[in-house]
Amino acid sequence: MSWDGIGMILAAILTIAIFSLLYRDNPFYRFAEHLLVGVSAGYYVVHYFYSSVIRKFAVPVFGQGDLWLLPGGVLGLLMLFRLGRKVQWVSRYAIAFYVAAWSGYLIPSVIKERIQAQIVGTLPPSPGSAPWIAILGSLLILVGVVSILIYFYFSVEHKGAVGKISQVGITFLMVGFGASFGYTVMGRVSLLIGRFQFLFQDLPQALGW
Amino acid sequence: MKKTGPVILGFLVGTLMLIQFFTPNEWIEARYNNVLDWKQVVFGITLILGVISLFVYHWKKIEKRSEGWGYSVVTVAGLLFMIVVALIFSPERGPYPWMFDHVQAPMQATMFALLAFYVASASYRAFRARSFHAALLLIAGVVVMLGRVPLGELIGLQHVSSWILDYPNLAAKRGILIGVGLGMVSTAIKIIVGIERTYLGKGA
Repeated sequence: MSWDGIGMILAAILTIAIFSLLYRDNPFYRFAEHLLVGVSAGYYVVHYFYSSVIRKFAVPVFGQGDLWLLPGGVLGLLMLFRLGRKVQWVSRYAIAFYVAAWSGYLIPSVIKERIQAQIVGTLPPSPGSAPWIAILGSLLILVGVVSILIYFYFSVEHKGAVGKISQVGITFLMVGFGASFGYTVMGRVSLLIGRFQFLFQDLPQALGW
Repeated sequence: MKKTGPVILGFLVGTLMLIQFFTPNEWIEARYNNVLDWKQVVFGITLILGVISLFVYHWKKIEKRSEGWGYSVVTVAGLLFMIVVALIFSPERGPYPWMFDHVQAPMQATMFALLAFYVASASYRAFRARSFHAALLLIAGVVVMLGRVPLGELIGLQHVSSWILDYPNLAAKRGILIGVGLGMVSTAIKIIVGIERTYLGKGA
């Protein structure tokens, strides 16, 4: 039997072991669960170690002499000080660097890609430039977005006009949450179908059963 | 040194990353790219820290023969196996990608598939049309679910489902995205100027 065939049988056994949780918690499920944790941790640490530490640090610094990358390695090593109780504070430098770098990077990109792009997308097209049904749809989205933002605006009490608009916001939010929920459920169900297809179709076909 | 130093470093790095967007200066752009590379290196080493913590946690359980220590052996074995085979055979071929294809990916997909059952049972308990808004949530969820299966398509629900996803759902997502975006920007500014420093841990 080929390694792929052995792999498929192993995958089937582990799939059934995980599904056994539907009956109740049992040693087969717990074995598979712990194996997944260990293998995943091992997989990701190797993957990111190679793609970041080796390719972005070791090769350019020691292979090509690019010393500008040296501080990255030093900061990374500072992170390991977290393991010692008395010297834990040293790792704050690495954490502060990482969090602040992300923050500085995020501000312009969030303003541009999230806030600005969403506002531009919300503004309805000018009359005559699009079919009336599209304009009506855009107006509905505009009403929804504005009312939701007012619902999330807590600096004024939600009374009177503000209260009524925020109620419209909740209505949009509830429909949105329901739709997202339905969409998520269907995504999970398609994954479930995929696993059953693997067990009852792909596996017997591959093994010639 | 212990408290102010990290905040000053954060201010300098955060400001550099921020001003790069507004200036065409080549030197600043080069340093900006350096910081992005450093960030990846720090992330890679931080993962090692996480794996060390995981290893130490399970190793202690094995040493003390705590309840369920046998499962800890499985975790540690899986972890070490992946690292060792990647070192011996390289991560691009051999047992490392084989383990990903035949162990990790199928198990991960099954774990997520398992959630279909739990989501179904949770929705049975949560979806009670007790109020107008709860009824809206229920109807929107059911219509979107039915609109994605042949039965729903038979009664034309796929159009209603698409309409819900394209209009009210889009409005809700946009409202949340803009709100979250504003929150992210304000938190990021607070971090750079040193007002927000809880991420540094106790006593910072």
